[in-house]
Amino acid sequence: MTTHVESPKRKNFLVRFFTMDTSGSKGIGRKLPLWRQLGIQLLCLIIVAEVMFPLMYVITMSLSSKSERPSALQLFPKEISLVAYKQVLDRPTANPVTFLTLLRNSFLLSFGVGLASILIAVTAAYSFSRFNFPMRQVLMILVFVPLLMPAVGLATPLFLLLNSVKFTDCGGGVMALTPFTACAAGVTGKILFNLRDSLFGVGIAMISGALPFAVWNLKGYLDTIPRELEEAGKIDGADSNQIFWKIVLPLAVPQLAVTFFLGFIGHWQEFVMPWLFLTNPGSYTLSMTLYNMVGQYATSIPWNTFSAFAIIVAFPVAVIYIILQKQIVSGLTLGSVKG
Amino acid sequence: MDIGIAINKGKNAIRRGGLPYIYLAPAFIVMGVITFYPLVYQFIISFSDFQTKDLLLGLSSPKLSWISIQNYVDIFTGGLPVQNFEFFRVLTYNFWWAITNVAVHVPAGILIAVLLNIPGIWFKRFYRAIYVLPVVIPPLVVATVWRNIFDEQYGAMNQILAVVTQLFGSGDPVRIRWLFEYTPPIPWLLPNSPLPLAYYAMMIANFWLGWPFMVLVATGALQSISKELYEAADMDGASNVQQFWNITLPLIRPAMIPAAIYGFTLSFNLFNFVYFMTQGGPARSTEILVTFVYDLVRNLRLYGAAAAFSMIILVVALIIFLITNRITNATASYTEA
Repeated sequence: MTTHVESPKRKNFLVRFFTMDTSGSKGIGRKLPLWRQLGIQLLCLIIVAEVMFPLMYVITMSLSSKSERPSALQLFPKEISLVAYKQVLDRPTANPVTFLTLLRNSFLLSFGVGLASILIAVTAAYSFSRFNFPMRQVLMILVFVPLLMPAVGLATPLFLLLNSVKFTDCGGGVMALTPFTACAAGVTGKILFNLRDSLFGVGIAMISGALPFAVWNLKGYLDTIPRELEEAGKIDGADSNQIFWKIVLPLAVPQLAVTFFLGFIGHWQEFVMPWLFLTNPGSYTLSMTLYNMVGQYATSIPWNTFSAFAIIVAFPVAVIYIILQKQIVSGLTLGSVKG
Repeated sequence: MDIGIAINKGKNAIRRGGLPYIYLAPAFIVMGVITFYPLVYQFIISFSDFQTKDLLLGLSSPKLSWISIQNYVDIFTGGLPVQNFEFFRVLTYNFWWAITNVAVHVPAGILIAVLLNIPGIWFKRFYRAIYVLPVVIPPLVVATVWRNIFDEQYGAMNQILAVVTQLFGSGDPVRIRWLFEYTPPIPWLLPNSPLPLAYYAMMIANFWLGWPFMVLVATGALQSISKELYEAADMDGASNVQQFWNITLPLIRPAMIPAAIYGFTLSFNLFNFVYFMTQGGPARSTEILVTFVYDLVRNLRLYGAAAAFSMIILVVALIIFLITNRITNATASYTEA
């Protein structure tokens, strides 16, 4: 009967290979047999190849000076030319917009949306986390429902809402701010500013989705802060406001930062709202431009410029993510609501 | 004196009772204007034939006609003036797309995390650093790059296949129309909604994008498992397979189920990725709910129908949430037990 224990050793090569020790335990005492080590290395390298394939492909194209499309597979750069990058930085699309303008627009949008949503959300998150009051459940569900609605689902009313805020020059030195004052009847003035067609307005539209997420994400974190500190503060005579500002808020700073960066990363690639709302090329964003560079309407865009542009768009987010990897992953799985 | 104290007490009570609402006020005022008001507005115009002509005046537009639930009926019965659209086909495809994605990402993530967790492997840190790269790149960029990879004429995928076929003696260039070929390669799979080649292309691209996140979550969970459990199992003579099924898997389950649900909801509404790769084509066969509602707003300009469609998405999402919430609650009690 004891022979059963020995049975794994008699299994064939494949079975033994795939059933190796998964525990991570007996590190120092027992060394991995060489053939097994080599097998694992081979497997790991295959996965590396899978991960690196599109990356190398796009990097190689971006470093090429040839604007024709690749006729054969090339995964390692034969030349290192920055022509494509130079061209992208100079004039990314047919529109007369510089790269810096696009970058500024994207940055302002995602930075503004990330920051505004945590600043507005943090007190509400605290209230949900610490107080028990009538209607609490109902209000929490109210904040949750918008999370289920994709951004495009609210686009039409937001368009109409923001479109109703206009600054019009009625002529003859008369100005009108539309929802409050209007031009005289029959006069169609020249619209100087339309909230819907501005970065500011698009930012407001994007906050409509970012804010409920921030409330839930921050509440999930505040729930994990032990209450003992607050009780100690109470004994020392601090009132609720002081407890929030002096004790809870400083403790929540790391999660505020994570929520901010989640907002920043998420909205860095926001496409729907800007694409629907903005008409002036001067306020276009990086992701809108990227869209212009693919698909059937972009046959004239050289692939080396496209590749350089794609790399540049991905770069800031990738850097933030790599630096804050641990915090972001735990911040995402910690909040009681994901998505 | 007594009256004074009573008044003070009363003030305190008001302050204490009102404080939660004061803290809620900023968020609720902002959301009231830009989240709840649009939500209600969508609900209202979902019963109208809201179109471009009504954009200027909105609800007070004289041309706006109220058609009660006609939009909803049209969506469910295919009465919308849209080609190649059938609601239940799109819904089936949407669920299939999200489920199949999670079904490959999660096992792949667990296996690779377990592989990297074997003690004594060389270059472990190097592999971990490389494997995280797909997570950090915005899906939008990933989709555009893969779109080029699957290009019929110049794409890398066909070029790789050309290299492979050359090994077998055929010198012809490969011209697979990955994103545009309509005939489903496996017709019997999902008969309700035939899967075109573009679906498989997107699965490949989204696999690249999806498994590394699962590795991150699984690695975190693996590292929190106490090593004594394995030592005890070793002493009892449990094989490595038995250890995997009886120790590793049950103990990382509480972390993997929320991650799988997160992956599911993410894939279910993966607008940027789908839209940038196929725009729902060919012939709407890879359309998901969100890309279709976008098309209704952006290109077809049927705002009333789009509003009704948004409400349907909301209900579908709510049902998914209620089901997944039950599953996560079940795991929560599992960890406590």
